[in-house]
Amino acid sequence: MIAELGHAALWLAAALAALQMASGFLALRAAEGSEIAALVRPSAIVQGALASFSFAMLLWLFAVTDLSVKLVAANSHSLKPLVFKLSGTWGNHEGSMLLWVTVMSLAGALIALIERRLPDRTMNATLGAQGLVALGFYAFLILSSNPFERLPVPAPEGLGLNPLLQDIGLAFHPPTLYMGYVGLSVAFSFAVGALLTRQVTPDFASAMRPWVLGAWVFLTLGIVAGSYWAYYELGWGGWWFWDPVENASLMPWLAATALLHSTSVLASRDALRVWTIMLGVVAFSMSMVGTFLVRSGILTSVHAFAVDPERGTFILILLGLFIGGALLLFALRANTISEGQRFNATSREGALVFNNVMLSAILAIVLLGTLYPLLTEAFDVRVSVGPPYFNPVGAIFAVPMFAIMAIGPLLRWRQDRVERIRPELSLFAALVLVALIGFGIVANVAILPLLGLALGIGLAVASFLPLRGRSLKRVPLATWGMVVAHFGIAVALLGMASESAFSREKLAAIEPGQTTQVGPWSVTLSDVVPVAGPNWTALEGRLSASYDGSEPVALTPQSRRFWAPPQQTTESALSTRWNGQLYAVIGDRSPDGRWQLRLWWKPFVTLIWYGGLLVALGGALALVGRVITDVRRRRIAARIVERRSDREALA
Amino acid sequence: MNHPAHNGSRLKPKHQRLVLIVIALIALIGAGLLAAYALRNQANYFYLPEQMQADPPEVGQAVRLGGMVEQGSLATDPDGVTLRFAVTGNDGSRIPVQFSGIAPDLFVEGSGVVAEGRLAADGTFVADNLLAKHDENYVPRELEGMSQRQVAEVTEETTVGIE
Repeated sequence: MIAELGHAALWLAAALAALQMASGFLALRAAEGSEIAALVRPSAIVQGALASFSFAMLLWLFAVTDLSVKLVAANSHSLKPLVFKLSGTWGNHEGSMLLWVTVMSLAGALIALIERRLPDRTMNATLGAQGLVALGFYAFLILSSNPFERLPVPAPEGLGLNPLLQDIGLAFHPPTLYMGYVGLSVAFSFAVGALLTRQVTPDFASAMRPWVLGAWVFLTLGIVAGSYWAYYELGWGGWWFWDPVENASLMPWLAATALLHSTSVLASRDALRVWTIMLGVVAFSMSMVGTFLVRSGILTSVHAFAVDPERGTFILILLGLFIGGALLLFALRANTISEGQRFNATSREGALVFNNVMLSAILAIVLLGTLYPLLTEAFDVRVSVGPPYFNPVGAIFAVPMFAIMAIGPLLRWRQDRVERIRPELSLFAALVLVALIGFGIVANVAILPLLGLALGIGLAVASFLPLRGRSLKRVPLATWGMVVAHFGIAVALLGMASESAFSREKLAAIEPGQTTQVGPWSVTLSDVVPVAGPNWTALEGRLSASYDGSEPVALTPQSRRFWAPPQQTTESALSTRWNGQLYAVIGDRSPDGRWQLRLWWKPFVTLIWYGGLLVALGGALALVGRVITDVRRRRIAARIVERRSDREALA
Repeated sequence: MNHPAHNGSRLKPKHQRLVLIVIALIALIGAGLLAAYALRNQANYFYLPEQMQADPPEVGQAVRLGGMVEQGSLATDPDGVTLRFAVTGNDGSRIPVQFSGIAPDLFVEGSGVVAEGRLAADGTFVADNLLAKHDENYVPRELEGMSQRQVAEVTEETTVGIE
């Protein structure tokens, strides 16, 4: 019954999406105040409620492990802890797509409820576009990946969930990424709405900005969580593998970063109109490309739940329809959008444009590197593209971008002179130079980490310079957001560079009782014991690790064996200090009774994720700042109207 | 908005937009060309054992080798961390592989493996990383290019209960 309710709600939600789309677009042609326009907002709101209901039903099915439902039987197991039963709801293709449309329809409902800044026609066109996008995903769900399908005969027991995915990180990683993707779909709808009505105005940018900011914050969090998950769960000691699936989340982030900045320019300076629209289309395209790559089974990874060419084709068709349609509309309309305000090359707009272009170039490089193996495969040549390509080629554009990022916020809008900020420029240049000489000549660090360290140090200081000479209490929250986010980038950059420059690795085979060294640590293997968890057994290494002769800490890396489904995983053990992490993995027993240990000492590696969190915090601060300003402005506007009507009544 | 006296500069906004587009295009085309050039040099090519024997890559070039771990070939060096084994192809071709590190969880004789690394001068393939089947649903994509027999073997042992 529960499954049927969920299924029915899904169909109804799809019908409402069709209504929302039709009424939204028809209202464009209808006369002012026509009845059809009155349908748009309510249908978005009801659609959001129905989709949420449908998702709640699926959650319920997973919570009670209803094995008559195919999806539950294939992905869950009655012995699994409840939290993993619930997170298993979106740990599979169908469930994750349902989560996607749920978040998307909730976003649509939210716009319909609260957004009042834009002209009605633009608003209707925006919601119409949102309905169209949602309808495509409903069709995808209902026609090719119905999560509520029943089994003819209920399964006696579920097949379980991939143990790699039985992790608390998974409970948060996909939902955060999806919120990011969906936020970008909202930006896309805004861009289409503005194009249809030719209303590319600062108001449009201010209405779109919170969505872009929100999407960007969620994407940042999703990438940070995914990176940390890969770091400790895969047991390979790396934090970024340039895996296509990772790239699939990085590309929308790069586009969203560019979009975020150009939206700000449009909102406050009324410049970069066409560019902002273009980025809005590109950012959502990247989300779709990411979804396509991950869901089509074209790639193999833990993220590709099932290889199903039909689904891949479906997403590809959706991608072609949405993106092709939007680009066509863009090509037809871009010319009719008048040019915004002009600015000099040496101005904050100039710096932002430069970095927008650099971000786009990096995006192009990541996209080409990700698609290249697929291209060559068409010619039956199998290649993989990894760090030797991405790191140096990306750096060519990233290095100037970080330099401009340090300087840009110091410049004035529209027009400025370099001489005015000479002291700040000299400070930045001096810091970078000293770091280059110090690390390059004294510590003999390789070129890429060296550049990362130097720019990271310079940028960390420069990111606070926009606050100089200002009363800190009166600095707007949005400016704090920028400062914190830029500082976060510097911190993450330092972490990456330090990890790459100063990591120490040790691979050893030792008997219990023996000690080995890695960097400043000496690690003793005390014992190896069998342990058991709810659905696994493991061999656990008992290590005691001492940093530079200090009090030893205990580490317990495991080699786990799950039985539903049967699989082995390595559980790394980490010891975190303020200045880095010790990372330990235990391997097999060699025939002579020694145990393999793989140890890494990674100085300041944690800065990577702390930096990422700071970036997200900066985005959140800016978002809150913008929303507060907006609410305040609305209240003042309401009060003015009130007074005017009072006065008129008096008169 | 422009004052009539500024008519002469009216063209300029259009001009600036054009400049921006040109700059963006140059940067993107530059990025594309750079990427194309770098990809040709840095892409990591995949070899089957028979391909590696017939037409070996240059010594030291990063490539990947995929095939079956030969039965009875797996041995551990006295240091306890260096594994030696042979990867076989479809036609009896055989490449010796050396790997220092912790082998992936499901790495056993007779299973499929993809080794990332480079060919040494003595004909041994020195692997930095081994990719074995990750779980019951995951087969390294490259193994799909193996013979029917091997595919059957791999799929049989790698898909459990999934229709």
